[in-house]
Amino acid sequence: MDIQTPKGASARPEFKEAVTTSTWQRWMNSDIWHSYKSSPVIIISSLTFLLLVLGAVLSPLISPYTPFDPASLNLMNGFTKPMSANEFTGDYFLLGTDDQGRDVLSTILFGLRISLFVGVVAVLFAMTLGVVLGLLSGYAGGWLDGIIMRIADIQMTFPSIMVAMLLYGIGKGLIPPDLRDEMAIWVLIISIGLSEWVQFARTVRGATMVERQKEYVQAGNLIGLTRWSIMLRHILPNVTGPILVIATISLALAIIAEATLSFLGVGAPKTEPSLGTLINVGRQYILSGEWWILLFPSLTLLALALSVNLFGDWLRDILNPKLR
Amino acid sequence: MTGETPLISARQLGAVFDVSKPWLNRMLALEAKQYLTAVDMVDIDIPKGKTFALVGESGSGKSTIGRMIVGLQKPTSGQVLIDGEDFFAISSEKKKMAMRRRIQMIFQSPYASLNPRWRVRHIIGEPIRAFDLLPASEVDGRVAELLDQVGLAKSDGEKFPHEFSGGQRQRIAIARALASNPEFIVCDEPTSALDVSVQSQVLNLMKSLQRELGLTYLFISHDLSVIRYMADEIGVLYLGRLVEVADRDTLFDKPRHPYTRMLMDAAPHIDAFGRTAEIVKGEIPDPINKPSGCSFHPRCTLTEEICRRDRPEVREFGTEKARVACHLCAD
Amino acid sequence: MLRPVDRVGFEVRAGEILGLVGESGAGKSMCGSAIIGLIDRPGRISGGEIALDGERIDNLPEDRLRRIRGKRIAMVFQDPLTSLNPLMTVGQQLIQTIRTHLPVSSGEARDRAIALLEEVGIPAAATRIDAYPHQFSGGMRQRVVISLALAAEPELIIADEPTTALDVSVQAQIMALLKKLCRERGTAVILITHDMGVIAESTDRVAVLYAGRIAEIGPTRNVLSTPSHPYTKGLMASTPSTTGTMHALSQIPGSMPNLRAIPKGCAFNPRCEKAFSVCFKDIPILEPVDGSEVACWLYDPAVNPETKEISGVSE
Repeated sequence: MDIQTPKGASARPEFKEAVTTSTWQRWMNSDIWHSYKSSPVIIISSLTFLLLVLGAVLSPLISPYTPFDPASLNLMNGFTKPMSANEFTGDYFLLGTDDQGRDVLSTILFGLRISLFVGVVAVLFAMTLGVVLGLLSGYAGGWLDGIIMRIADIQMTFPSIMVAMLLYGIGKGLIPPDLRDEMAIWVLIISIGLSEWVQFARTVRGATMVERQKEYVQAGNLIGLTRWSIMLRHILPNVTGPILVIATISLALAIIAEATLSFLGVGAPKTEPSLGTLINVGRQYILSGEWWILLFPSLTLLALALSVNLFGDWLRDILNPKLR
Repeated sequence: MTGETPLISARQLGAVFDVSKPWLNRMLALEAKQYLTAVDMVDIDIPKGKTFALVGESGSGKSTIGRMIVGLQKPTSGQVLIDGEDFFAISSEKKKMAMRRRIQMIFQSPYASLNPRWRVRHIIGEPIRAFDLLPASEVDGRVAELLDQVGLAKSDGEKFPHEFSGGQRQRIAIARALASNPEFIVCDEPTSALDVSVQSQVLNLMKSLQRELGLTYLFISHDLSVIRYMADEIGVLYLGRLVEVADRDTLFDKPRHPYTRMLMDAAPHIDAFGRTAEIVKGEIPDPINKPSGCSFHPRCTLTEEICRRDRPEVREFGTEKARVACHLCAD
Repeated sequence: MLRPVDRVGFEVRAGEILGLVGESGAGKSMCGSAIIGLIDRPGRISGGEIALDGERIDNLPEDRLRRIRGKRIAMVFQDPLTSLNPLMTVGQQLIQTIRTHLPVSSGEARDRAIALLEEVGIPAAATRIDAYPHQFSGGMRQRVVISLALAAEPELIIADEPTTALDVSVQAQIMALLKKLCRERGTAVILITHDMGVIAESTDRVAVLYAGRIAEIGPTRNVLSTPSHPYTKGLMASTPSTTGTMHALSQIPGSMPNLRAIPKGCAFNPRCEKAFSVCFKDIPILEPVDGSEVACWLYDPAVNPETKEISGVSE
């Protein structure tokens, strides 16, 4: 056989190069990293997000006080102004205290923890559900696709907050009263997750229908691969781009949905307050002059939602031209 | 055609697609269902070790025939026999897998036919794993052997498809097709996305692999010059029907069907400087509403009354036994 | 910096069809875009000049260039749908183009439009003029695009792979039409294609491009039947044919170099079996060989080892 092996190899030095560079170097040369470096908004928002996540994860270690331990609370500390020491106890509070004498900074860090936990787990739940249903819908087509998409359509006609409230109400009714506070977080997660799966399902379905037509999928059919094997091993890796984008945007939505539900009093319980619960508590004092109880949790929520959202937008822009 | 039983044969193969609008639209517009006959009573026999080529323009149904023969699509009528056995009539999944191993396909697009997220090593190794041909420890060795067979280096297995040129990707696709040790490969326009200098590399590779491994090919293309280079026997398709089947030299020396003659004349010749091909009337008709009688009659120069009225049956001509579906063809 | 097109020079005369042939990545479409001033940023013409009828046009301001585009130079693309507005009838588009460039009333413009559609072979032009692009078949659409290109009576038509998306029978029709228009109207045509058969049948002269440079240029019959450049030779020997005796296709090893890694010296050197020392150092320039012009060191008696009787390595 007179094939071009030796000469062909020398004719394409750029391929050789690709082998010697590590994954890390390739990442450093990629368009994504370049775009990241040249966009200050994204650098700031991603750093903000990182900071908030660190704060939430490390909250038990870095909080100056333990706000939800009744033993360490001192009512004398109530309504201390920010950046000042309490006039009775002499304790210093960077962001002030609330009516119970809880340190606002510490409650924010713990609240952030609950908010992020609920947001991330709810998105993971929505993603799993949406991706599986979307793959099934896009790959199988026919009546199955019809049923899944009609359910999605119906779900879309309700505002997601309403769906979450409905599910939350049903969940509360089904769970015995003594377990309610413990289960509240999980009811919250499931209800937010259920209201967000449609985005994932729609996007994955669309991408799957495109991939399904491609010849590499037919090559898989040809060797008798099962439907699930083709969906999970062949198609799924090729639709991760859009899933990632939706996941970030959904995270921001989930955090806001959680805050809204908690603000409305149907979310995280007072014993485990999230940012929304804190804002709800702070609302009561806005007219009596204790502004910090409302302002600081609100700013934190804003920073969190905004940074995730900006990051998601950027991710969408950078991945979009490459969505096949 | 020899007397022995062919490896692959298609008997009265037909494919009909429902191209109707959704039922609600149809109800509102009071329209009947619409059907597209993509393939119509096609008979093909491919002897072992030979290349049968299908040539036709868009809408001729050539790719649909390929898909039915490899079992990607169930025929609406007729059957595909592999060594005398009908793939779609096999009920046991085990026997089906054994049949699948013997048939492979090389696709047109060197870009869409390889999963962009998989390493070449995994792409080529997948059929070996799917058919459980070798213990896991021996798969990589076999992949290296296959890469070498198609003119690529062992180290290429670690790369991803996007690191290769179109021609090299098509070599990878060939290696994957060979991985299950098939006897028969359907090649659907394998070089139409490639440049000429690369096309000749791939065509020559396919020819030498055929010689070495005794492969049987069904070669699908719209390009007569490529068909002439590759085929032993050629079938010319027009709107889903085989209008002429003959061995290569007979077809090129003595094309009998007016459509074959038109195709040969319209194809650009690299040695006919300044030639203007004889202008053909019209374009390919809508395959949903095919012309009556012989589908080619509105464009044919010979048309008589019978062509408009009756569908021509396939008849044999000459000592070469060329099969032609034309009322007016007389040797 | 990447150079998709490098020091390419050619001329086309009125009533002549010049072919630009090459494989993907050869820079043939980029040449066409450069002439008409349609290079997308960050690309630009970094050197050389383009003259139309003796007048330099590559340095004109954008508004004057826009007037030349469409009026004096027209373009026909591979996909007719990209050059037609799906929301306007064919007639509206033709009349608009005619009236932009020629001082005629709308009634006259409509008559002209019908005449143009008849000229490009659209049956029942007087009624078809009010149809939308999607109501035409692929071949008919390409005819409409050609009539649109002819509307302003251009001096030059650049046809970029005009038949690649069409079936052979329709391709033959469109090529015959282009040839007829070129001869009858005296329009110059630059035909960009990868198809050697189309080049052979339709062009008067041909430029073979490789990695952005002209490898060989000359009368078509000359270049194709007695190619001089090793690349042209390889290309011809690897092109299968429907006529003549069957022979094994020879193959050029490797593939067109990536723009980021064009070899030093002659870009074809890694794939050329005749390459010798100079080929790896200096870029050859076009020199007359057998009635064509060829950019290859083999034809330079001063350096070719075979004619000069010295070994290839002469550092």
